[in-house]
Amino acid sequence: MAKQNYARRPMNRLVSSRAGKFAALAALATFSLTACGSDPTSASEPAGAEPGSSANASGLACPAGKISAEGSSAQANAITEVIADYNAECGDKATIEYNPTGSGAGIKSFYNGLVDFAGSDSALKTEMKDGVIEADKAKERCQNNPAWNLPMVVGPIAFAYNIDGVDKLVLNAEVLSEIFNGTIKTWNDPKIAKLNSGAKLPSANITVFFRSDESGTTENTTKFLSKAGNGAWKDEPAKAWTGTGEGKNKSSGVAEATAGTKNSITYIEWSYAKDNNLPTAQLDSGNGPVELSGDAVAKAVSEAKVKGSGNDLSLDLKYSGTKAGAYPALLVTYEIVCSKGLAADKTAIVKDFLTYFSSADAQGKLPDLGYAPLPSGLQSKVKAAVAAIQ
Amino acid sequence: MAVTDTDATERVEPEPLAAQDPSLSPVVDHGAVTTHSPVPKVVAHRAPETPADHVEREAARGVKLAKISRTGDRIFRSLATTSGLLIVLLVLFVGIFLLALALPSLQADQDSFLTSRNWTVSGNELRFGIAGLFWTTVLSAVLAMAMAVPVAVGVALCMTQYLHKRVSGPVSFVVDLLAAVPSIIFGLWGLTVLGPFLAPAAAWLISKLGWIPFFERNVDPKGSVFVASVVLAIMILPIVIAISRDVFAQTPRDHIEAALALGATRWEVIRTAVLPHGRSGVISASMLGLGRALGETIAVMIILTTPSAGSPFSPSIFAGGETFASKIANNAAEFDSPSKTGAYIAAGLVLFVVTFAVNAIARIIAERGVES
Repeated sequence: MAKQNYARRPMNRLVSSRAGKFAALAALATFSLTACGSDPTSASEPAGAEPGSSANASGLACPAGKISAEGSSAQANAITEVIADYNAECGDKATIEYNPTGSGAGIKSFYNGLVDFAGSDSALKTEMKDGVIEADKAKERCQNNPAWNLPMVVGPIAFAYNIDGVDKLVLNAEVLSEIFNGTIKTWNDPKIAKLNSGAKLPSANITVFFRSDESGTTENTTKFLSKAGNGAWKDEPAKAWTGTGEGKNKSSGVAEATAGTKNSITYIEWSYAKDNNLPTAQLDSGNGPVELSGDAVAKAVSEAKVKGSGNDLSLDLKYSGTKAGAYPALLVTYEIVCSKGLAADKTAIVKDFLTYFSSADAQGKLPDLGYAPLPSGLQSKVKAAVAAIQ
Repeated sequence: MAVTDTDATERVEPEPLAAQDPSLSPVVDHGAVTTHSPVPKVVAHRAPETPADHVEREAARGVKLAKISRTGDRIFRSLATTSGLLIVLLVLFVGIFLLALALPSLQADQDSFLTSRNWTVSGNELRFGIAGLFWTTVLSAVLAMAMAVPVAVGVALCMTQYLHKRVSGPVSFVVDLLAAVPSIIFGLWGLTVLGPFLAPAAAWLISKLGWIPFFERNVDPKGSVFVASVVLAIMILPIVIAISRDVFAQTPRDHIEAALALGATRWEVIRTAVLPHGRSGVISASMLGLGRALGETIAVMIILTTPSAGSPFSPSIFAGGETFASKIANNAAEFDSPSKTGAYIAAGLVLFVVTFAVNAIARIIAERGVES
C-alpha cells in the first residue's frame, strides 16, 4: 500500500530534471554561439580582399522574401554575422535563415528540396557514397541544372599549444603528424628542436587533445597532415580522429582542456584559439615559418586550383610546397546553390545575399571572427559565378 | 432494487403531469411520451410481474426508472485503457524503431558487436562493438551508487529520525532543489570546479595504489571516470534521499515505541525497526538512481576524456571513456549515413535493454520486500 505512494513522487522529479536538461542545453547552445560570435579580437588586416573588387554593398537589390539554408557548422559564425550585416544594409527586407546542422545534413536537405542553398566544408561528391551521388541528386533538385560549389568562407586551422615559457613554436606537417600519431612523445624531441633552434623546450611528455565528436575540423586537419606530411600520417583522412591523445567534446572542450593542461597541443578553429588566448604554432612548409594570419591563409587559398568547370568553383587545395608566407592548414566552406531552377523570388534573394557575402565589405570583416577572406582572384570568380545564377 | 419496486406505484402518478409538462421530470423520454398512450399500461400494472418486466414496462410507457448511469464509468474506463495501451505501444514502437534502424548496421558489422572495443563507423567497412562503452557506463554508474546510497540513507535517517520537523522541512526543500538543478550545470561544475579539486586526491590514490590496474593512471585525472561518477553520485542523491525518506517516515509508530519500551537506544531503534521496514524501499530507490546514472548524458559527455582509438583497455577508475549515452550525444550532429546512424542506434538499443533489466530487477526486489 505504502509503496505506491513513494514510488510515484520521485518519478515527477525525474521528469522535471529531464525537462531542465533540455532547457539548459538550449541555453548553452545560445550562450556558446554568442560567446564565439561577439569576441572582438585584434586580428590582422583584412588584406587580400580589396584589389580588383570595385563593387560594394550599396549595389544591393534587397528583394523581399524568405530563404533558408542549412549545413556546415564551421561557417556558422561567419554566415550569422554576414546575414546580420546584410539585413542591416537592406533594412531587414528579407529573412535568411541558416541552420548549422553539419555539412552532410545540409547537402541532404538541399537535394531533398528542404532548403534553398547548403553550406558544406567539402564540395558535392561526384562519386557514389552511401548509394547516392550528391552532384546528381543536386542536379535533379535544380530541375536538371547543375548545382555550383561556391567557396565563400575560409577557416584556418590553428595548432594551439600550452607550454610554459615558449611563445614561439615552429612546426611542420611532418612533425605535427608524428606528434599527433604518437611517434614524437616529448617536447624536446630532436625533430622539434631542429625547427626551433634557441627555444627552451621542456622534456615533458606531449599531451595531445583531439575532438571526441566527429567533425569536419578533424577531417580537414588529417587531410592536411596526410597530403603535406611526407607520408608521416598514414591513416585515411576522416571525421573521427585516428591518432593518439585524449578526446574532448567539441571545439570548446579541446580549447579548454589545452588551456588548462601544461605541455599540451591541439588542432582547432582559429577563433577558439583566439578566444582562449592560446598561442598557435607557426607552420614551416619549406619556405620558412609562417604565422597564422588572414593574409597568410588567403595566400595559401590563392594557390589552389579550381577543379570544377565553368562557374562551379570547387577547389583543389594546395597543402604542401606553398610559397613563402602562405599558411596551408585550412578548410574552405562552400555555399552550394542551383545554377538555375530555383523559384524566381528565392533566386533573387540567394543572388543578392551571395553578392554581398562575396563583396570586399563582407569578406573584410571575416578575420575578426577567426576566418580568412577569399583571395582577390577567387573573390572575383565567385562574384562572376553569383552573377551568372539564373 | 427493493427501493425501486416500492417506488413503482408512486412513480406512475406523476406521469400525467410529466406528459403535460415534460420539463418537470428529467426522467421522461420525450419521444416515448408522445407515441404511447398511458391507459393500457396502467391496466398491465396490476398484473403480477417480475422486476425485469417492471422496468421494461415503465420504459415502454416513456418513464425510465432511475437506473445507475454507466456512461461516466464507460468513458473513464476507455480513457484509462487507452492511456495504458498507449504507453505499452509507445515502448513497443521505440523498441521496434531501434531494432529496425540498428539491424542493417549490426549485420554489416565486421567485429563482434558485444566484445569489440572498436568504433569505426565511417567508410565502407563497419567495425564496432560496445564492450568499452558498456564497461564505462556500468563502472561509472555502479561507482556513483556506491558513493551515493550510503550518504542518501544517512540523510534520510537523519531527516526522519533525528531532526526536528521544523529543521527537516527546510532540509528536504534543499534536497528537492538539488533534484531541480539541470545536468548541464552539474557537468560544467564537474569540469571546472570538481575535477581540479579532486585532482590532488586522485594523484595521491594513484601514487599509493597505482600498481593495481583498477587505480592505474591513464588520462588527465580531471576527465576520468572517477570525477564523472562523483558528479553522477551527486545527481542521484536527491532521488534516493526522497524515496528513502518517505519509506523511513512510514515505519509503524508501534514498532518504534515497542523498541524504545524495551530499552533500545536511537541507533538500536533504527537498526531493529526503521531499517528492516525500509529495506525494500531503499533498494528500489537505489535502482531508480542507477537507472538515471546509466542514462545520464550531458554531464558525463562534458567531463569524460575519450581515449584515442586503438589505445589499450584500462579497467581503471582514473581512465577516460565514453558511456552509451555520451557517445551517442557527442556524435549526433554527424549522423550522415544510415549505416553510421544504425551503429549508434544499436548502442542505444543496448542501453535500452540494460535499463530495462535494471528496472525489472528493482521491481522484483521491491515486490519481494512487500511480501515478507
